[in-house]
Amino acid sequence: MIGKVDQPRVEKAIVQDKTHFLQMKEHPWLSTASFIAILLLWEWVSQMAWVPPLFLPAPSSILSEGWTMLKTGIIFKHIFSSLTRILWGFVIACSLGVMVGILIGFFSIPEAVGNPIIAATFPIPKIAILPLLILWLGIGEASKVAVIALGVFFPMVINVYTGVKNVDPLLIKAALSLGSNRARIIRKVILPSILPMIFAGMKLGIGIALLLVVAAEMVAADAGIGFMILTAADLMQTKKLMVGLIILSLLGIFFNWLFQKLERFFVPWKQ
Amino acid sequence: MKVLIDHISKVYIDRRGESTEALQDIHFAIEENEFVVVVGPSGCGKSTLLNIIAGLLSSTSGQVIFEGTQTDSRPHTAVVFQDFALFPWRTVLKNIVYGPEESGVKRKEQFEIAKRYITLVGLQGFENKYPHQLSGGMKQRVSIARALANNPLLLLMDEPFSALDAQTRTLMQYELSRIWEETHKSLLYITHNIQEAVFLGDRVVVLSRRPGRILDIIKIDLPRPRGEHLTLEKKYLEYADAIWGHIKKQAREAMEEAG
Ligand SMILES: Nc1ncnc2c1ncn2[C@@H]1O[C@H](COP(=O)(O)OP(=O)(O)O)[C@@H](O)[C@H]1O
Ligand SMILES: [Mg+2]
Repeated sequence: MIGKVDQPRVEKAIVQDKTHFLQMKEHPWLSTASFIAILLLWEWVSQMAWVPPLFLPAPSSILSEGWTMLKTGIIFKHIFSSLTRILWGFVIACSLGVMVGILIGFFSIPEAVGNPIIAATFPIPKIAILPLLILWLGIGEASKVAVIALGVFFPMVINVYTGVKNVDPLLIKAALSLGSNRARIIRKVILPSILPMIFAGMKLGIGIALLLVVAAEMVAADAGIGFMILTAADLMQTKKLMVGLIILSLLGIFFNWLFQKLERFFVPWKQ
Repeated sequence: MKVLIDHISKVYIDRRGESTEALQDIHFAIEENEFVVVVGPSGCGKSTLLNIIAGLLSSTSGQVIFEGTQTDSRPHTAVVFQDFALFPWRTVLKNIVYGPEESGVKRKEQFEIAKRYITLVGLQGFENKYPHQLSGGMKQRVSIARALANNPLLLLMDEPFSALDAQTRTLMQYELSRIWEETHKSLLYITHNIQEAVFLGDRVVVLSRRPGRILDIIKIDLPRPRGEHLTLEKKYLEYADAIWGHIKKQAREAMEEAG
């Protein structure tokens, strides 16, 4: 017979779930365990003195260094200086970013004017503008706050602009048909619609703010985490330098946690 | 009060300058307390017509005139959209008070209005839920309550039940019929579903395929309250058949043109 091939006979074949491997298992204990294991390995390598402590101090010695800095309070001075700069820059940038983003997203003339300016200035690494800012604003706080504000402003404005452009036009129609005017549309439809985008902008922005505050403090400062790290390196105080890095890591984790909480609170309609 | 749809035509012109004629000389009136249904094949310009009446789109020629109203700031219309268009950041209650909020009604009164319409559409117990926590049928109840709470002179509904499953859809038709019999709002209802048109309307305006023209206006002389029993009556089937006759012819022509 043409086309008929003798099939080997099988008694039964059981259907398998082919997507099985896609179901990622969770390993809650593994994350903690591996983290501790790496710390222990590091500690052991340092204790064996295979690497000079100047290059790689043991975690325990970094911890005790941090503890002394805590006790003397010196660490708080640095954290406070950096946080103050971040806070000012961040608040200024977020408020301006939201306002400008809505303006260029919702009105055609600001959009025509603003878009090319943003497109031209956005690609410049903000740290490269710092010398100019120092020239204009002096070596003090203003130039540091300004560079942070510039860095945070762009992701915010772009996020908000994109958010405004993607607001469901049907919701605007619904609001109009229920009697809203343009100003109220902005407050009661646009603003709540873009809240998730604002939070995304803040999460992006805080990383940039941490980067820029350290960079600015390395250029010119007499306090701050960036300053602390730089002077520690100059004096070969590797432990102190490491404490600085840990603080930065903790700050990053803290802000992410904070924004997550704030978003849960302010955007309760997204599960 | 009477709403006159006065010789409305609409030609869309897109970015490349190509034009689409959507509506051709639509002329009819909606009387006070009347339930008018516009039925027509999809793409014939029904939504276009509704948006023009709602003041959400400009016509190419013709006007929509509300006759015999004092001109105050109160919105003339409120729309129930196919896709609900509920504000996701507002709870059921806050969605419903949106209109009263915008017309400056006092807090306490807003709440009373909301309570009245929540009861009317059967949403008690869901006041503080967010839209994403509701089923499609529930969402559309909220949308209807929100539109009614705005106290419009004319209520507009654009295929409000076509996003729902067939069973929910049938139940919602009964519900709407009941709600309308309690409120007697002037209502323009748009659908492509012939049975729905006959079941709900006092009059049915039949549109041709695009560009939408009026083929016929049929007065539906069926008693109210209307309920499930109606769908078995001879007269009901005759009306449906008459409309189907018009639409069938249109669909045939469209198929022949395409083939
Ligand atoms: N903004 C638009 N630009 C160009 N053509 C459009 C636009 N909106 C709708 N149309 C066209 O107009 C016709 C009528 O559309 P619509 O009113 O949505 O029909 P219906 O609601 O009856 O399905 C359709 O052919 C559609 O493609
Ligand atoms: Mg439509």
